[in-house]
Amino acid sequence: MSVARFWRKQINRYNIVGTHCKTCDTHYYPPRNVCPKCRRDGDIESYKFAGPGEVVTYTIIHTAAEGFEMQAPYALAIIELDEGPRFTSQVVCDPVEVSIGLRVKPVFRKLGESGDKGMIYYGTKYVPDNDRN
Amino acid sequence: MRDVAIIGVKNTNFGEMWDRSFRDIVVEAGVGAIEDSGISGEKLDGMYVGNMSGGQFVEQEHIGALIADYSGLSLDLHIPSTRVEAACASGGLAFRQAVMAVASGHEDLVMAAGVEKMTDVSSTAASAALAAAADREWEGIMGATFPGLYAMIAKMHMHQYGTTSEQLAAVAVKNHKNGSMNPIAQYKNLITVDNVLNSIMVADPLHIFDCSPITDGASALVLAPADIAHEYTDTPIYVKATAQASDTIALHDRRDIATLDASVAAGKRAYEMAKMTPADIDLVEVHDCFTIAEICAIEDLGFVKKGLGGKMTEDGETAIGGKIPVNTSGGLKACGHPVGATGIKQLVEVTQQLRGDSGPRQVDGAEVGMTHNVGGSGATAVVNILARKR
Ligand SMILES: CC(C)(COP(=O)(O)OP(=O)(O)OC[C@H]1O[C@@H](n2cnc3c(N)ncnc32)[C@H](O)[C@@H]1OP(=O)(O)O)[C@@H](O)C(=O)NCCC(=O)NCCS
Ligand SMILES: [Zn+2]
Repeated sequence: MSVARFWRKQINRYNIVGTHCKTCDTHYYPPRNVCPKCRRDGDIESYKFAGPGEVVTYTIIHTAAEGFEMQAPYALAIIELDEGPRFTSQVVCDPVEVSIGLRVKPVFRKLGESGDKGMIYYGTKYVPDNDRN
Repeated sequence: MRDVAIIGVKNTNFGEMWDRSFRDIVVEAGVGAIEDSGISGEKLDGMYVGNMSGGQFVEQEHIGALIADYSGLSLDLHIPSTRVEAACASGGLAFRQAVMAVASGHEDLVMAAGVEKMTDVSSTAASAALAAAADREWEGIMGATFPGLYAMIAKMHMHQYGTTSEQLAAVAVKNHKNGSMNPIAQYKNLITVDNVLNSIMVADPLHIFDCSPITDGASALVLAPADIAHEYTDTPIYVKATAQASDTIALHDRRDIATLDASVAAGKRAYEMAKMTPADIDLVEVHDCFTIAEICAIEDLGFVKKGLGGKMTEDGETAIGGKIPVNTSGGLKACGHPVGATGIKQLVEVTQQLRGDSGPRQVDGAEVGMTHNVGGSGATAVVNILARKR
């Protein structure tokens, strides 16, 4: 992914910043500029999420995506934030620890890099929230 | 709207074809379909070609023009040719555009084709190209692969309904058996449930034998207004419905992870259009890009209650001779999955079945057939219904 394309959404990725529709009180992460429920009647504001959430479903990836070979096997999951929205992230732990319903909290981690000398991307991954499991 | 019929069909062989180029295979399919229809190429009013990613697989865009040119339909005839893209549903979309062109009266004789040449790049590069069918900025960036996304659907299905790895494997076993009777199939070997369970894990719970492969292949068919179809063929196959639906691009935004709402919506629209119900369908080609996808498809299209697709497969009800034969071609799993071609290949298979031309894998007395083609992890679905009688 190009530097500009990553940089554009850097705040959203680093700080879990999404959006909130004031009309229907729905939270969006990844951010949306148009509320799918209200469309033109929506009133969108920026919203910073608290962070904690729960694993909705997951997989352990053995055949890695390009650029993720060093991380395999890794746990990819759909996570539901406490405010409601769902998104895709990795759960960093021993893969056998991951399960549906597992409580997780965010950590700042390297996501990947473009080539040997290319840019390194950072962002939010998740770890088990052992105080809440 | 006018009724529309299929008057000619052709699939190339599916598989790894190192000695043949993108344009070689698509021209073979196109010329084959025209020959089968008995028309001559200059009579075509238009062409619609499904192709997911010529740009990434063979560094070629402007596919429509290339194909018209190498089919000999450009230099003197200047026949319009349109490329259509919806990831793995590109072929299904091309068909729907072609049907609408004929139904509206805008064009009479029209070709719908699909093509993908996937083995000219490494399998890592092919997987990266396929991953572009998901949300690059919010799924791909986290290390999501296509097997990974469908694996998350499978985990959810297992959690909600108790579906087992053995039931997933039963889909692959059946489809390899059907593929063994299909001369064009990429894999013609028989496999067992144990073979699947002991094959390498790609994305838990999906093994390599739960996945469709990387494939080269092309398919084409010719459409005509139903009123004149008999001028060209004794066995026109009629298009009773063509329906399409959209859902969220990312899997994480779906209403229910284990249901493809786009399949449900496209299926409903197709049944309404054809004035039919699942009980009227004699066979169906579904989009089994992964074994779990076939289980979801037979549920989402109404052939079995949600959650019971695994059991239905294990019980043999989806085999040839069963209650509703599913993927007589071998499906994406065994016949192969050249992504842009798959939607058209499904229609070619059902047309041949309804004509009674399917040899050892023929479904006895097949009158009505369905095809179901999905893009990405379920963001696009196309469902078509074909019938032997108008
Ligand atoms: C599953 C997958 C990752 C395997 O790719 P790979 O690890 O590069 O596998 P290879 O090409 O090295 O193949 C290894 C062997 O397994 C066989 N094989 C590969 N994929 C297979 C499959 N899906 N089914 C059966 N056998 C398969 C190959 O023929 C090869 O056999 P050989 O050693 O006898 O020649 C790849 O096929 C894939 O990504 N499939 C999914 C495609 C997809 O996502 N399509 C879009 C869906 S919407
Ligand atoms: Zn709203």
